[in-house]
Amino acid sequence: MTQAAVTTQSAPRVVLSARGLGKDFSGFTAVNDVNLDVEHARIHALIGPNGAGKTTVFNLLTKFLQPTRGQITLLDTDITNTKPDRVARMGLVRSFQISAVFPHLSVRENVKVALQRPAGLATQFWLPLSSLDRLDARADELINNLGLSQYRDHRAADLSYGRKRVLEIATTLALDPKVLLLDEPMAGMGQEDVQMVADIIRNVATERAVLMVEHNLSVVADICDHVTVLQRGEILAEGDYAQVSADPRVRTAYMGTDE
Amino acid sequence: MSAKSEPIPSEEISAHPQAATIRKVLVVVALIALLIAPQFLYPIFLMKLLCFALFASAFNLLLGYTGLLSFGHAAFFGGAAYFTAHAVKVWGWPPEMGILLGVVGAAALGLVIGAIAIRRQGIYFAMITLALAQMFYFFCLQAKFTHGEDGIQSVPRGELFGLINLQPTMNMYYFVAAVFVIGLLIIWRFVNSPFGMILKSIRENEQRAISLGYSVARYKLGAFVMSAALAGLAGGMKALVFQFATLTDVSWQMSGEVILMTLLGGIGTLAGPIFGAGLVVTLQNYLATSDFPVTIITGIVFMVCVLLFRRGLIGEFFASKLGRKLGFRSES
Ligand SMILES: Nc1ncnc2c1ncn2[C@@H]1O[C@H](COP(=O)(O)OP(=O)(O)OP(=O)(O)O)[C@@H](O)[C@H]1O
Ligand SMILES: [Mg+2]
Repeated sequence: MTQAAVTTQSAPRVVLSARGLGKDFSGFTAVNDVNLDVEHARIHALIGPNGAGKTTVFNLLTKFLQPTRGQITLLDTDITNTKPDRVARMGLVRSFQISAVFPHLSVRENVKVALQRPAGLATQFWLPLSSLDRLDARADELINNLGLSQYRDHRAADLSYGRKRVLEIATTLALDPKVLLLDEPMAGMGQEDVQMVADIIRNVATERAVLMVEHNLSVVADICDHVTVLQRGEILAEGDYAQVSADPRVRTAYMGTDE
Repeated sequence: MSAKSEPIPSEEISAHPQAATIRKVLVVVALIALLIAPQFLYPIFLMKLLCFALFASAFNLLLGYTGLLSFGHAAFFGGAAYFTAHAVKVWGWPPEMGILLGVVGAAALGLVIGAIAIRRQGIYFAMITLALAQMFYFFCLQAKFTHGEDGIQSVPRGELFGLINLQPTMNMYYFVAAVFVIGLLIIWRFVNSPFGMILKSIRENEQRAISLGYSVARYKLGAFVMSAALAGLAGGMKALVFQFATLTDVSWQMSGEVILMTLLGGIGTLAGPIFGAGLVVTLQNYLATSDFPVTIITGIVFMVCVLLFRRGLIGEFFASKLGRKLGFRSES
């Protein structure tokens, strides 16, 4: 009886998985035979040295790049040949390693652009801009939650690098994705912001899956439930942080880099 | 060629508190000028100017607000001229229906050409639109209803809604002026709408727009069709003003001319293409009666302007201190 309760409680629900994923760039194999299972309500870290292929894996999973080999499944649907915008509409939303905001739009407008599509307010070319006012409340809520309220009417281009990253997370969360892929969300942030973003990620992961690339290993140790280590395009080790960090091969791979 | 220019320096110049009022006054002045202009200038010249100003504004919807450089817009402008002329002359349609056919025909052409070209980027997009527009040119050269080199001549202007005879020049002028204003209002609304917001975000960061689930190609195609339809509106009107439709209006030179007008005035502003068209049409009119070779002079003017005013004449003004004090913004 107790055993049953335990299994239901911790029953892993795989929402995004890759099998034998590979990508060649004109002869150069950037990613090879990657198997990944991203589970609901878990934070999964993808780590590895520079050039290991982490961003490429993200591009493959979100279909910004077409895999050379392998298969991707999102919420029981095969998305190996699906277009990237469709994948996003299915609930798999990513952020970019190089912060991606709409520079000449205000912070609030950035978030509202994300809200427009789910609200069915994206194709009306005959309505005035004021028709978007009803998205203000939800946008401001997201902006507040991420501590950006004092920058609400600033142009995104004028924000500091760290705040642009926070804005990108706010925009991503506006879509209420089922699976969230974050490519180095804390890069370039001060210690305080790192802590704030870590808390936010932990918080949003209670009801969705998160896969994140992160170089800051103390953050990984702190918030991630599962770690996959990538090296030269292949999976080197996998497990929780304690297991992975104890692995001698991982220690060698990381020698001289982080930590 | 890329539609992006340097971002406007982020040194904030806050608009003058009266800026909105001043801008409204400017719009009213422009409308009054539109009403009384035929007292001072040849109405035919003005109508030509308005047709091209609308054409350039339609083109700018694509280049300035979507970031796509089409080198085939003559197909929509000249194609609509043929459709309207044929409907009015051969089928005896009233002018408003003839123009409507021009608009719908241009939109349909835009849908076909756009659907083929839209996934290409930059120079490839420009080349495919040019190639398809040239195919349409040869179609017009061969087709029966266009009458080849002769074009469709002596097109009757007819009676607007069966009420207003458009044959008198002033009647025609006010009709053209009204259609011009309506065309601009459509563009204004299109740009400042939920759809326009998505277009803007695509222009700002296409990858990000895709990752938010926007099917970028569809939005671009929507803008392309709208631009084609409005270019058709301008072309259909021109056919009625001059009472003929010829191969000139579907030629690649016409596609080049509209690019020139738009860049001269400044992309991504509502007023830019209008001024650009005014400048080019005036120059052509003036040079036509002199011995100077028109194309060389316009070419030189273009070169000088592009070198001196990278944002175009109006674009530079908007980006200047005074322009920003008045709260003007360039979208590119
Ligand atoms: N479009 C591309 N064409 C060719 N090679 C590419 C392309 N994208 C990535 N690569 C190569 O693939 C390898 C993996 O790159 P990737 O950006 O995925 O690494 P990463 O793990 O994200 O590194 P970093 O930690 O620096 O972000 C690199 O050697 C890179 O040069
Ligand atoms: Mg990377």
